[in-house]
Amino acid sequence: MRNEMEIVFDAIARNEALARVAVASFVAGCNPTLEEMGDIKTAVSEAVTNSIIHGYGNLAGYTGNRRLPEGKEGFHPGKVKLHCLLERGILHIEVSDNGKGIENVEKAMEPLFTTLPELDRSGMGFAFMEAFMDELEVESEPGKGTLVRMCKKMEAGDWIGETL
Amino acid sequence: MQKFMLGVYMEQVLEEEFRVIDHCLMVRLPEEIDHYKAVYISERADKLLLREDVFHVVFDFEDTRFMDSSGVGMIVGRYRKISCFGGKIYAIHADRQIKRILKLSGLEKIVEVPGT
Repeated sequence: MRNEMEIVFDAIARNEALARVAVASFVAGCNPTLEEMGDIKTAVSEAVTNSIIHGYGNLAGYTGNRRLPEGKEGFHPGKVKLHCLLERGILHIEVSDNGKGIENVEKAMEPLFTTLPELDRSGMGFAFMEAFMDELEVESEPGKGTLVRMCKKMEAGDWIGETL
Repeated sequence: MQKFMLGVYMEQVLEEEFRVIDHCLMVRLPEEIDHYKAVYISERADKLLLREDVFHVVFDFEDTRFMDSSGVGMIVGRYRKISCFGGKIYAIHADRQIKRILKLSGLEKIVEVPGT
């Protein structure tokens, strides 16, 4: 079974839910377990959120009534691209943006490292992606953007399909 | 039947998500906790922490099916605010997925999860 999807959306807070729902519907066809579904939704949510708040710095909607940090009041009209490919029982997900990029990818991937501690960010985003997916690759160029590539083997799906 | 349905609906709308009982702040969390929701919850909880005499915070995950790292940030933020006075954070009714996240993030060490 092969299936592919690509959606492009504005880098705003409420589109995190859109990305999660889109991916959940996309994988629903291969009978994922509840756990797999939860893992994928969490990983996608982390990646998309990173693009929105770190890549483009669009913090509106995140701070409530608190004041935005100095120099971060602007709105970036950038887009986030979510690309999913399901092939031979493996789900490939790519989340990319044309934002400011990451200067030190290794440092950014350290658990608890965050550039926005004042907003109660936990610094666990990449750690969660790594834990919930089988593979994680991050490519980034400062000033150009970031691409997060993840894969996960969909265990039960095809197996159930064969026996039925 | 319709009257009954309306009653249920009204109850859900009027039901308080934040309640202070015996110096415990009870927070009934929404179905999905992402950044948007986490900020709103943190703000409301902090207001009550300042205004009322709150010692412990209880997060009720009964309705929650999804949480990402922003939920972790939300819990850690509240923990920082109450732990210096000896208060504790409790997470109740957490399902398997939420428990995994609490475990993975190391939150298990600072959050009391009854039944584990």
